[in-house]
Amino acid sequence: MRRIVLIAALAVLAATAAARAGEDDGDRRARWSDLRHAVFGDRSLEDGAGIITLDAPPRALDAALVPITIDLPGPAKIQTLYVIIDENPSPLAGTFHFGPAADPRELRTRVRVDAYTLMHAVAETEDGRLFVAEKFVKAAGGCSAPSTKDAKLALERLGQMKLKQVGEGPPGQGTGLVQLLISHPNFNGMQMDQLTRNYTPARFIQDVKVTRGDALVFDLAADISLSEDPAITFAVADKSPVPITVEVHDSADATFTQSFEVPGNGI
Amino acid sequence: MSRLLLFPVLTWLLASAAAASPPPVAVTEVSPGIFVRQGLFEDATAENDDAIANIGFIVGPQSVAVIDPGGSRGDGERLRAAIAAETDRPIRYVVMTHGHPDHIFGGSAFLPDHPVFVGHQRLAGELVDRGAYYRRRLVEILGTERAGDWVMPSLLVSDRAELDLGGRILDLQAHGAAHTDNDLTIFDRQTGTLWAGDLLFVERVPAIDGSLTGWLEELGRLKALPATRAVPGHGPPIVPWPAGADDEERYFGTLAAEIRALLARGGDIETAVAQIGLGERDKWRLFDDYNGRNVTVAFKELEWE
Repeated sequence: MRRIVLIAALAVLAATAAARAGEDDGDRRARWSDLRHAVFGDRSLEDGAGIITLDAPPRALDAALVPITIDLPGPAKIQTLYVIIDENPSPLAGTFHFGPAADPRELRTRVRVDAYTLMHAVAETEDGRLFVAEKFVKAAGGCSAPSTKDAKLALERLGQMKLKQVGEGPPGQGTGLVQLLISHPNFNGMQMDQLTRNYTPARFIQDVKVTRGDALVFDLAADISLSEDPAITFAVADKSPVPITVEVHDSADATFTQSFEVPGNGI
Repeated sequence: MSRLLLFPVLTWLLASAAAASPPPVAVTEVSPGIFVRQGLFEDATAENDDAIANIGFIVGPQSVAVIDPGGSRGDGERLRAAIAAETDRPIRYVVMTHGHPDHIFGGSAFLPDHPVFVGHQRLAGELVDRGAYYRRRLVEILGTERAGDWVMPSLLVSDRAELDLGGRILDLQAHGAAHTDNDLTIFDRQTGTLWAGDLLFVERVPAIDGSLTGWLEELGRLKALPATRAVPGHGPPIVPWPAGADDEERYFGTLAAEIRALLARGGDIETAVAQIGLGERDKWRLFDDYNGRNVTVAFKELEWE
């Protein structure tokens, strides 16, 4: 027992010595400058006012589940959307490529945030221009937080999906937004297994492809910054009764596929 | 190697022992041999020394069990002094009801007594996982000297266990995910008193760090115990049982009903955070600090039903 006490005491001492970085605004600007060059090279980024807005709570209630909303009011036709969480271990949280069946006017998802951070959403138009929106979010610890409280349930439910109408309103008169929920722990390799005390191997969603009939709605290249049980809310372009098919591929090379009748009585 | 490890810890223990003992904190004897120090209805600050949880001890014929060693080094030391003022029986056990910092960072203050540190089976993982983060946060508030430390439990409870204080038996029960995923409650057979830890909040709004439906389930189990009184983790030092759980059950029932109704209407998590539970706002202390997070945790659980 004494040995356990000693190890615990030393672990705490060692951990508290760890330095913290990225604390002030100058550091954050430098970080973004590095990131934008890494992702976009020397291409210029234009102010996204009127083209793209990014909304997130200024102070996250749960760092492992920070809801973000991206509005793309148009009329510019958006081909690709990049979501970047500057201070996360893997900052490029997701890249959405929109297809002919897309209506990219609004997109919501939930992300992990590991430190007080700037967040960026960058819209790429069909003619290759880049527009950026920015938001500062106060949250910490979302990447290492052990968010799964029931590992057994998470495994049983792995790969299950739901597609439902969101946006409040009576059936048939909704906003045209649907929400895709994917049950997946999205382990990023930074959480500890509570029983074995080993780090849970990373297993996360890499690709989400949504099609309607033969037409692509969007293809999301994802990374470890999506929340556990990722949620993606998107608009459906037309009212036809063609089913929506979702194909999810994860880093353990598993593929989950499911088809849905468009919910909500023909939105 | 082990000598190298021992040296700094021994130095630290000796230094602690040499420091002047703090005055004992005021405790209430809520049942024969059960003493509770009521926590403040605040979050941790430099002024309150993180003395915000209900902590205390149970005195048996031969030994003493500490139930939650406190939220900081000073909080633990003052509780230890209160025990010494009450009895000269040895402190045999330090029971941790769960891994939140306001309940366990006084743990290091009891190392000189060489007690057995007791916790839920999942407490060890919780501490490995979040302990350093909790410590860093507390150091930011109290400084390195005053923060104190948790101690890793060596007696882990996976379902039930009994602690014998020399003829006075404490029944320990490990719970499923509820307040946290490592909640442990204590039932004192002699007085029919349930030490509920943070499975019971009274006056102060509960904080969900585990599961809303799980918490309601575990409350049901606790209400079936032959207990007549309970010590909440936050609230008055003692409340009648099971009536003392009424407010908490009502709050959770309200959250669950309102979230399910919102989900049926197609509402999303942002709307939930802005709207759910507000009818409970005047009934709890610190409501605005915790309700939104509770709704977030509950929403992501209930949207999969």
